[in-house]
Amino acid sequence: MIGLSHYLTLSAILFLLGVTGIFINRRNVILLLMCIELMLLAVNFNFVAFSRFLNNLDGQIFVFFILTVAAAEAAIGLAILVVLFRSKNSINVDELDSMKG
Amino acid sequence: MLENYLPILIFLLVGAGLGGVLLLLGFLLGRGGKDAQKLSPYECGFEAFEDSRMKFDVRYYLVAILFIIFDLEIAFLFPWAVALDGLGMFGFLTMAVFLLLLVVGFIYEWKKGALEWD
Amino acid sequence: MNFVSPDLSPAFAEMFVLGMTCLVLVVDVYLKDSQRGITYVLSMLTLLGAAAITATSGVVARELTFSGHFVSDPMGDVLKLVVYATTAVVFMYSRDYLRKNDLFKGEFFMLALFAMLGIMVMISAGSMLSLYLGLELLSLSMYALVAFQRDSAQAAEAAMKYFVLGAIASGCLLYGISLLYGMTGTISLSGVSAIFSSADQFNIPVLFGLSFVVVGVAFKFGAVPFHAWVPDVYQGAPAAVTLFIASAPKIAAFALAIRLLVDGLGDLQGGWQDMLVALSVLSIIIGNLVAIVQTNIKRMLAYSTISHVGFILLGILTGSQEGYAAAMYYAIAYVVMTTGAFGLIIILSRKGYEAEHLDDFKGLNSRSPWLAGMMLMLVFSMAGIPPFVGFYAKLTVLMGLVEVGLTWLAVLALVFSVVGAFYYLRVVKLMYFDEARETGEPEAALDIRVLLSANAALVLLLGLFPDGLMSLCIKVFQ
Repeated sequence: MIGLSHYLTLSAILFLLGVTGIFINRRNVILLLMCIELMLLAVNFNFVAFSRFLNNLDGQIFVFFILTVAAAEAAIGLAILVVLFRSKNSINVDELDSMKG
Repeated sequence: MLENYLPILIFLLVGAGLGGVLLLLGFLLGRGGKDAQKLSPYECGFEAFEDSRMKFDVRYYLVAILFIIFDLEIAFLFPWAVALDGLGMFGFLTMAVFLLLLVVGFIYEWKKGALEWD
Repeated sequence: MNFVSPDLSPAFAEMFVLGMTCLVLVVDVYLKDSQRGITYVLSMLTLLGAAAITATSGVVARELTFSGHFVSDPMGDVLKLVVYATTAVVFMYSRDYLRKNDLFKGEFFMLALFAMLGIMVMISAGSMLSLYLGLELLSLSMYALVAFQRDSAQAAEAAMKYFVLGAIASGCLLYGISLLYGMTGTISLSGVSAIFSSADQFNIPVLFGLSFVVVGVAFKFGAVPFHAWVPDVYQGAPAAVTLFIASAPKIAAFALAIRLLVDGLGDLQGGWQDMLVALSVLSIIIGNLVAIVQTNIKRMLAYSTISHVGFILLGILTGSQEGYAAAMYYAIAYVVMTTGAFGLIIILSRKGYEAEHLDDFKGLNSRSPWLAGMMLMLVFSMAGIPPFVGFYAKLTVLMGLVEVGLTWLAVLALVFSVVGAFYYLRVVKLMYFDEARETGEPEAALDIRVLLSANAALVLLLGLFPDGLMSLCIKVFQ
């Protein structure tokens, strides 16, 4: 029988994969956007699992809002990416280092 | 007091470890030896006519961005439509306001020329 | 199913700002470039109208509406009025700067107004959902504002860093919120608080959720070790945007901490106090030490912000009403000081050139004794030298700490603010005792001169007569 803890473990793994992905990825900003999305989806997974097991709809409503906000976030991220590419001609994470100190 | 946080430390360690282990597994289990055949897009059949990694026109991004935003209102419209019976006039007006806000966004992108290809 | 229409009246100010911002947006796309002043006037009218609505609402007690998702209380009204005033000041300082740098576009005003609406929603959040939505409205507008100067590679890079780190912060905050929801079965802050006041508090999942929530809050404050974005964003963004980012969102971060940690998780104070102690100690130490070696004044002010944030957190972590009031006083005082300092940088900037190096302040006294005098007052206040407001703000926070028995923390904070005084005084030395690199008085329109003078005067007046604002801060927490 699959219980709540299985869902929570899976979502924790997904969340951590997202976070580690952001920190070890040095190549491509698009991958960062995908990792961010993975984190948010892990959170959604948590909400849906809790909502199901608590028999409470609040969590699922929260998920709807997270989904829309995540889309808006992805849109802003892509827009910044386009601006970045136009000015630097590269979306390499390592090259984002003009400011130090 | 601090021992309460031990599980969180373990959580972090497991997380970092898991990321590392997955990378390591790919490195160990993946077969090495990348020869010319392996690296070609198709191992049999025609040779590729051109490089498949061509640059997309940046305008596709704009279309994608606009699509993401305006496509998602359906996530709110569907549950609203299903539950409309119980929502009454206030629920109807709320959605009208929401759609009005979307129309404002639409006017903005139209007037800014984001919908024109050239 | 029974569905009750909510009482809309507590949220009139938010609805007004939303409606007006949409109006500004639609009007602006039909304007020619030469008519852009209309957008500016409409934006100012929006702020004025919102202030009138909030000031006349006369809320005396806590009111909940929208099924508990929206709360209206005296603290919220005071904070909102501060935010309107700050945004108006930002617009006034920025106007000529934006014109000179071809950035005088409607989008600046719209994004700032949307960010302000996000702050208002956060201030009035009664549930974790509305808190999150307000936070995202603020954050998304700010990402776009930082990237607003499209031909600047530095701004785009800063925006990208801000975006990625901000998204991680929202992710952590959400993860914490999802765990808290799972443990309590409710997303309303008063519901969460009711459950924790009766139930066994410290089980493992709750601590998990709490840790993630605190990480999210620390990110948004820019507290060490989650401060990596602050200096880059301050340096990379155009000065007008930096001015906005440095001021109003700090009020939002304060509201976020109060709503989430005090209103919702007040009974777990023993849990988050230790975390905030670590965050604030690190912020004060690192902020003050790293600021010393900076040569870019925007970057120096960024590290000084980090140390000020440490002080605000010190007030919150006391867990006492006096402490919260002191933190609120500090946040408002900080906003007054920082708008003045960045306003001055804007005045010194010319077309295509940002006065962001410390050398630009050399010999300012010989170029314009008036500007140097204003900067002197602002810098002294930031350093915490009496009789300016910064001194009194630091004093109340430290007294709050001593009252709850955290004297060692107060002594440590005191020592490092003395260390911090060094880099503030260096600016004074540059202005009064070094040779100017260029001559000629910086130009500034009359209303901006009046505004800067008023800003500096406020720093002095609030320091000389702190009781009015202080008693207001204490009253809203009773």
